[in-house]
Amino acid sequence: MIITFVEHDGGRADRSSLEALTFARRLASGLGDSLGAVLFGPEAAAAAAGLGAYGVTEAHLVDDSRLDAYAPAAWGRSLAGLVGTTSPAIVLAAGTDRGQEVLAYAAAMLDTPMAANCIEVRPGEPFEVTRQRWGGSLLEEARLDGAVRFLTIAEHATQPEEAVAPSTVRVAAFSPTLSEADLRVRVVARVAPEVGKVSLADARVVVGGGRGVGGAEAFSELEELAGLLHGAVGVSRVVTSAGWRPHSQQVGQTGTRIAPDIYIACGISGAIQHIVGCKAAKTILAINTDREAPIMSRAAYAVIGDLHSVVPALSAEIRRRQAS
Amino acid sequence: MNVLVCVKRVPETGGRVTLSSDAREIDTRYLGFTVSPHEECATEEAVRLIEANGGSSTVLTLGPEAASDQLRAAMAIGIDRAILLETDGQDWDPVSTSVAIVDAIRAEAAAGVSYDLLLFGNEAADSGDFQVAIRVALALGLPCINGVKSLAVKDGVATARREAGGGWEVFEVPLPAVLAVREGINLPRYPSVPGRLRAKKKEIERSVPVARLVGAMGPAAGPEKIRLRLPAETEGRVEILGTGAEAAPAVVDLLERIGVLAR
Ligand SMILES: Cc1cc2nc3c(=O)[nH]c(=O)nc-3n(C[C@H](O)[C@H](O)[C@H](O)COP(=O)(O)OP(=O)(O)OC[C@H]3O[C@@H](n4cnc5c(N)ncnc54)[C@H](O)[C@@H]3O)c2cc1C
Repeated sequence: MIITFVEHDGGRADRSSLEALTFARRLASGLGDSLGAVLFGPEAAAAAAGLGAYGVTEAHLVDDSRLDAYAPAAWGRSLAGLVGTTSPAIVLAAGTDRGQEVLAYAAAMLDTPMAANCIEVRPGEPFEVTRQRWGGSLLEEARLDGAVRFLTIAEHATQPEEAVAPSTVRVAAFSPTLSEADLRVRVVARVAPEVGKVSLADARVVVGGGRGVGGAEAFSELEELAGLLHGAVGVSRVVTSAGWRPHSQQVGQTGTRIAPDIYIACGISGAIQHIVGCKAAKTILAINTDREAPIMSRAAYAVIGDLHSVVPALSAEIRRRQAS
Repeated sequence: MNVLVCVKRVPETGGRVTLSSDAREIDTRYLGFTVSPHEECATEEAVRLIEANGGSSTVLTLGPEAASDQLRAAMAIGIDRAILLETDGQDWDPVSTSVAIVDAIRAEAAAGVSYDLLLFGNEAADSGDFQVAIRVALALGLPCINGVKSLAVKDGVATARREAGGGWEVFEVPLPAVLAVREGINLPRYPSVPGRLRAKKKEIERSVPVARLVGAMGPAAGPEKIRLRLPAETEGRVEILGTGAEAAPAVVDLLERIGVLAR
């Protein structure tokens, strides 16, 4: 069996978990193996019911009210326990914060390696994976050992796809054995997202600013354009390091991954660590004084020129059309 | 309070990456080196914690002799001690790396130095394994929080927050603890000239870690790198819409075409 750790919200599996399940199902069918899932939390049963569409035949619901709030080590311990009783060949999860964390705990508890952010798996002996390095700007082919193979699947690398024929999900409760030490780290409070704010990760339009913006004040030009397009402002690391903008606006390997319909990159050179954060954009428009900047090979469209004249001209043109 | 921060030397890549002829490393002939932004922030956090609470901070790296540069960069902003677990420059897998770090922390304990906080970057910039902090914490029996973007330490308790779904998750653990930090937790300072000079003169404590051989002694290590490969590029040709402010109508036409212009 292949077991997938499934994250869910409001009784439905998260998109990244559906990506991982799609990946796992293809792997299972190549191996002639079955697909199982493990879920935590009070809404696990509802979420599990929907997994037949993705080919899951067995869902393990971890049954312990102490685990209703996220507790990384305890969730990992539960997964390690489930591995002990079900002996899967492969355990996988989405390459999300929780996916990486829960699998790393379970793998470490079983003294087994784990490969993070895989995009391909070649099962067999040796068992090989292709995984992302540098946030996805470089790939590594690696050998993965262990009696059970633990791996996470890079987000956005697989399209979620339902199985041709849905399966019936057999649901089983699993009671983990936990120690006090496993329960030391738990979410004790949550802060809800700000309402009514366009989040950078979900924005349909992102106006990006880099070193070329030149200082904190000039960001008002980008804010204005983003506002007219109901979008969000994103920035490069040079901008956050200089303190011009908060890190929550940084796009890239150590910032946010964005996937807008259009990314308007102003005064950004296009370093690989920035590109991995914005390559999921449907269209990239670069505004840059340098025709040879690396961003030009990533952008579909470009305007050559000083952003301080181009960006205000764009806002003015949008206003003019909206008024007419 | 004693704080240990663990960092990794990585090439400072820019617009394009080329590989060595055996495809096992990045070609670094024309590159500088650095540590991950997450680790720069972890280092800054260690310095701030000691400034606020007193005590001593230590930076540790597993890497080649040249990684002394990254240790000195940390000392230049105020880290007190530096430990180099010297390798021949080959990349160590995350299992072996965590074993070497645990051995080093145990050796420190045997010499009478215990740490209240072990700080890591959330994931290394190059290998992105997302597990070293967790493996170290489990081996030492310590609690661990990952993805930390805000931290307060008071009365022996660490309160850490991390981003989750547009909001925040809050964790609380008693010290000693392990924290894997993300960029954004603070804005690292720049080293001062006197700081740099002081760091240059400081001693680096060295030892040679014992490698955990894959498949040989006991449980498996890995994943074991075979080769690197550049992802397939979808390099289209860029269409120049114009030069300067005159390009505005063409750009707004484009925005209209892709349907993002609210009317
Ligand atoms: C491990 C690691 C992780 C990193 N993570 C990230 C990350 O998450 N996000 C990130 O962004 N970076 C990240 N970086 C940094 C990255 O390598 C680059 O240094 C950074 O992205 C460059 O920012 P920039 O494009 O704003 O600046 P530059 O590279 O200096 O480019 C500025 C550009 O602006 C143009 N320009 C200048 N003036 C004007 C003007 N008036 N009008 C129009 N154009 C103008 C120039 O032609 C140039 O192309 C990371 C680096 C490392 C080593």
